[in-house]
Amino acid sequence: MPAATIDNRFVSSVRQDMLAFARLQLRDSELAEDAVQEASTAALHGEQRFSGQAALKTWVFGILKHKIVDLLRQQGRSTPISAYVEEGESLDGKFDSLFKENAHWHPAAAPRDWGNPEAALREKHFWAVFDACLSVLPANTARVFMMREFLEFETAEICSSLGISNSNCHVILHRARAALRGCLEQGWLLAGEKNR
Amino acid sequence: MMNCKQATRLMSEAQERKLEITERLGLGVHLALCTGCNNYHRQLQLLRQACHIHREQFNPAQPDTSEVQPGQKLE
Repeated sequence: MPAATIDNRFVSSVRQDMLAFARLQLRDSELAEDAVQEASTAALHGEQRFSGQAALKTWVFGILKHKIVDLLRQQGRSTPISAYVEEGESLDGKFDSLFKENAHWHPAAAPRDWGNPEAALREKHFWAVFDACLSVLPANTARVFMMREFLEFETAEICSSLGISNSNCHVILHRARAALRGCLEQGWLLAGEKNR
Repeated sequence: MMNCKQATRLMSEAQERKLEITERLGLGVHLALCTGCNNYHRQLQLLRQACHIHREQFNPAQPDTSEVQPGQKLE
């Protein structure tokens, strides 16, 4: 495999992917532009040689992830705990409505069988709804979820860098998952059934 | 028996930490008896898988360079 080195042409070829990734994490186009710009500049100053374009891209993405994490930490540190509580109340309200008084599922609201997961993941519509569901997740809750599932941090690391307790962290992640799976069921499975 | 709401909480926690043996047993019994929670369980797994795939779409992992750490120099 030919050695790959970083240059302007390479950076512009991966720019769209970098921007899309940064926007997804930061939910702010300007911040995302800045992060990509900084990561590109830092990468161009590196003198690494890699065994191919793909390895080079992984390295540039590694730099971008560091920038994103710095920004998420800053956002997290200036977020009061009350902001999570507020988001939680609205998400919990929706989630609680799926249950009867005895905390078992309402028959009409019980989670449905989504069928073959491999097939779901090949469906274009699934991914469109997935993106939409991520984008409507409240910002502070989403930040914790993104750090966990997209930036692959351990939960303890997320909690300490955002200044929230372990058990709060777990509750926030639980809420995020509950909201996302509910949104997917509504927007993808049930909407799909109606259109059929 | 644990209720469905408690079960959903434990299913999420299981993605963060190793559950205690009593929690695992309780959840196992519940899942064996409850279709809704069973579906929820598979949905959470799909959600995690979807996040993983989505991440890879931006920057596919390279099995042939798996021994190379980001930033590591190649001779």
